[in-house]
Formats: sequence, C-alpha cells, structure tokens
Amino acid sequence: MIEVRKLVKRFGLKTVLRGLDFHVEPGEFVAILGPNGAGKTTFLRILSSLSRPSLGEVRIAGYHLPAEASHLRRRLGVVSHLPLLYGDLTAEENLRFYGRMYSVPDLSQRISQVLELVGLASRRRDLVRTFSRGMQQRLAIGRAVLHDPEVMLFDEPYTGLDQDASSMLDVVLRDVAAAGRTVVMTSHDLVRTADLASRFDVLSRGVIAASIQRADIDPDHLLAFYRQATSAG
Amino acid sequence: MSDLPATKVGAGRKAPGRVGEYLRALGAVVWKDLAAELRSRELLTSMLVFALLVILIFNFALELDARARATVTSGVLWVTFAFAGTLGLNRSMAVEKDRGCLDGLLLAPVDRSAIYFGKTLGNLIFMFIVEIIVLPVYSILYNTNLFKPGLIVVIILGSIGFVVVGTLLSTMAVQTRTRDVLLPILLFPVIIPVMIAAVKASSGFLQGIEMADITPWLNLLLVYDIIFTAVAFMVFDYVVEE
Repeated sequence: MIEVRKLVKRFGLKTVLRGLDFHVEPGEFVAILGPNGAGKTTFLRILSSLSRPSLGEVRIAGYHLPAEASHLRRRLGVVSHLPLLYGDLTAEENLRFYGRMYSVPDLSQRISQVLELVGLASRRRDLVRTFSRGMQQRLAIGRAVLHDPEVMLFDEPYTGLDQDASSMLDVVLRDVAAAGRTVVMTSHDLVRTADLASRFDVLSRGVIAASIQRADIDPDHLLAFYRQATSAG
Repeated sequence: MSDLPATKVGAGRKAPGRVGEYLRALGAVVWKDLAAELRSRELLTSMLVFALLVILIFNFALELDARARATVTSGVLWVTFAFAGTLGLNRSMAVEKDRGCLDGLLLAPVDRSAIYFGKTLGNLIFMFIVEIIVLPVYSILYNTNLFKPGLIVVIILGSIGFVVVGTLLSTMAVQTRTRDVLLPILLFPVIIPVMIAAVKASSGFLQGIEMADITPWLNLLLVYDIIFTAVAFMVFDYVVEE
C-alpha cells in the first residue's frame, strides 16, 4: 500500500530524512517511533502530500508523489496534532464543509454516522471552540474518516491529551483500524502505541533504524528495543 | 460510541464531474468563510471600525472646502479601502493557519485554485460589505455625493484587483513568523497600478471629467484584474507548496 525508497528531505542545508526506505502492507497498522526532531512529522507530511520530497520515490495506493497527489488525496485521511477544524463552526458544519470538499455522497447521513463513531453526536450543534482538546481531536478523526479513506496517517494524535481523553482516543483509533484501513501513526508514546500497532518502526537520524512486528516482541520489551534502535542509529 | 457502519472502506464513492467538483469546493470555501464570520464577526467588525476611523481622522485632519474635497475624495477613499482590506486579508488567512486549517484545505482532493478562488470570493464579499457601509458614511461626513454609477464600477474593479493580489500574497505571508507586517510590505508595491488607476478613475467620475479621459484608467484596472487573476491561478499551487 505504501512504498518509500531512498527518501531524502532537505530544508536548506539541513537534511532531515537521509535515504529512508519504508514499506506498509494493506491493512497494517504501523507505528513510527522516534525522539523529537527525528523527522517523523516531516515524513508524514511527505506521505500526506503536504510536502515535496527532495529526492527518492514515494508511492501510496499505486499513486506516485508528488506527481499524482491530487488523485491520492481522496484515498488519504490525515490527523495531526492540530485539529484542522474551524472554531467558529459547529461540529456538524465542520464535517459538512469537509464533506463538500471531498464530494462525499449522502453527506447528512454520513455526518451522523461519523459523529456517532467519535462519540460527539450529542454535541453536533456546538461550536468547536467550546470543545475540549480531547473532543476536538476526536472530531479531527471524524473529519479524517468522513470520506472513507483507505490510508490513515496520524501525526502524534495524543499530543496535549489527558488520560481520559487518550483512552477515549484509543477506542476511536481501534474502530478506525478495525475497518480494514492501512494506518501509519507517528508517536513517542510507547505505552499507547504498544496496544494499537501491528508493527513498530523506529525513525532515528533520518532513517528507519529498526523495525519489528508486534507478534515478535513482548510489549514489555518495546522500550528496550526502542532505546537500542535510537542509540545504534 | 459505535463502530463504523458495515460498509467497505472506500465503497459508495462517486466521481462527480470535474467542473461540478471544482464549483462545489469553491462554494464550500465561500460558505465556510461566511458562516464563520456571521458567527464571530471578528473580521468585518475590525475592518469596519478601522475604515470608519480612517475617514473620521481624514475628516478632521483635512479641513476642506468644497473644491478641495472633490479632488481628495478618491484618494481618501482608496487609502481607507486599502488599509481596511489589508487588515481583513491578514485576518482571513490567519484563521486558516492558526488551527492548521490551511493543511486541511490543501489535503482536499480538489484543484487548489478552487481553494484560492473560494478565499478570494469570500474576501471580496467582506470588502464589498465594508465599502457599502463606508460610502454613505463618507458621503455624509464630507457632504459629497458618491453614488455615481461610474464610481461604483471603479470600486468594483479596484476591489477585485486588490483582493486577487492580496489573497495570493496573504497566503505567502501567513506562512512566515512576521505575517502581520509582511503582508502590507509585499502587497502595497504590487497594487500601486491598481491604486493609481482607481484613484484617477474615481477622481474623474467625481469631478465630471470626460469619459474619454477616464477610459484608459478603467482599461488599466480591467487588464490588471485579468492578468493577476491568471497569475494567481497559475502560481497558487507553488505558493502553498512546502
């Protein structure tokens, strides 16, 4: 589903990604772990077509980036640590706006389904600026799944959430993944990702330094694996 | 909280025509801007208060007789529109940037020029609302009749030129740390032709100058609008690209 070869991203003289290779099978849930500044957000922005690679090849669902980005965007759902929502619109109006941008059929019905999914059906007519950070993040996930994307990209979705909000987000993420989507999520929260992902890749110094299937590692040993990968990278 | 409905991912997706999709996206951006503004009234209020303050200050600063009033009116009007418009453009794009909404727009599977034209149309509507309120206030304060069809045409053409360029440059400026000061620095040099042509044509209509002398300025406005609309259409994708 996702194929990345020799990806390089430079910002001026600074090289953030240094020949990164990455591969995801359809339906996989891959967690990209790494310390701050490792290039996780940059990598996800390239996958989401918001940033152009300096060098290398990126292919998602058969589409090459950045050349075929406009075709790919319909199949992509993106959640970042910012909600990408308008505070002066209600939850329903935000979804209606994005639904029109994605030409979602039967939009009213779909909005109701999505609001149920993220547990915000009772707040559909409330302004987003009155929502807590956790509620905004759940609505952001609702926005991202509104058009039924095949590939979901999550960039640090737990940033700024308290325990209760994080637990609720876990439930939503599980629902999203259970629908057969391919999911790539960046995080530095090992505890949360340990329960969700089917594979863990460690991004360190601009490359994937290590990769392991969930089935091949005891969750208690994930921290040791992560430390080993970041120190060796 | 319930599971996703039991539909296959990606199922039920229809492919509307490209033009229909384009217009739907453009309309959605305009609707979103108007709906948000109707609720917050942040942008229009600040533009209006600022515009009214500017004409009030000019009114007290320039103690004008009837003849002098006719010559400075167009200049005062366009300075007011340009200052208030810049304020509105900055605010309109800041809303997109603050919560990452610009990324949300750019992630949509639509031609990015639809986003640009949607934002431009929204900004133009706000600009026209301010102008509709400023004109009668100005007429009363300066005791000048501004309701002349020719002048209205000039205001429409001038506002289009201003907003077309302003929306493009505010998209650039908003991605920098110094966005509040950068926009006027970028914008004002580029809109000099619009300002000169608009002031000259407005002045011509207010002073009752022959149409033949006004036509070149109207043509300049028209050509400027067309050229910069085409330029914005072509470069917007590169402006927003990281």
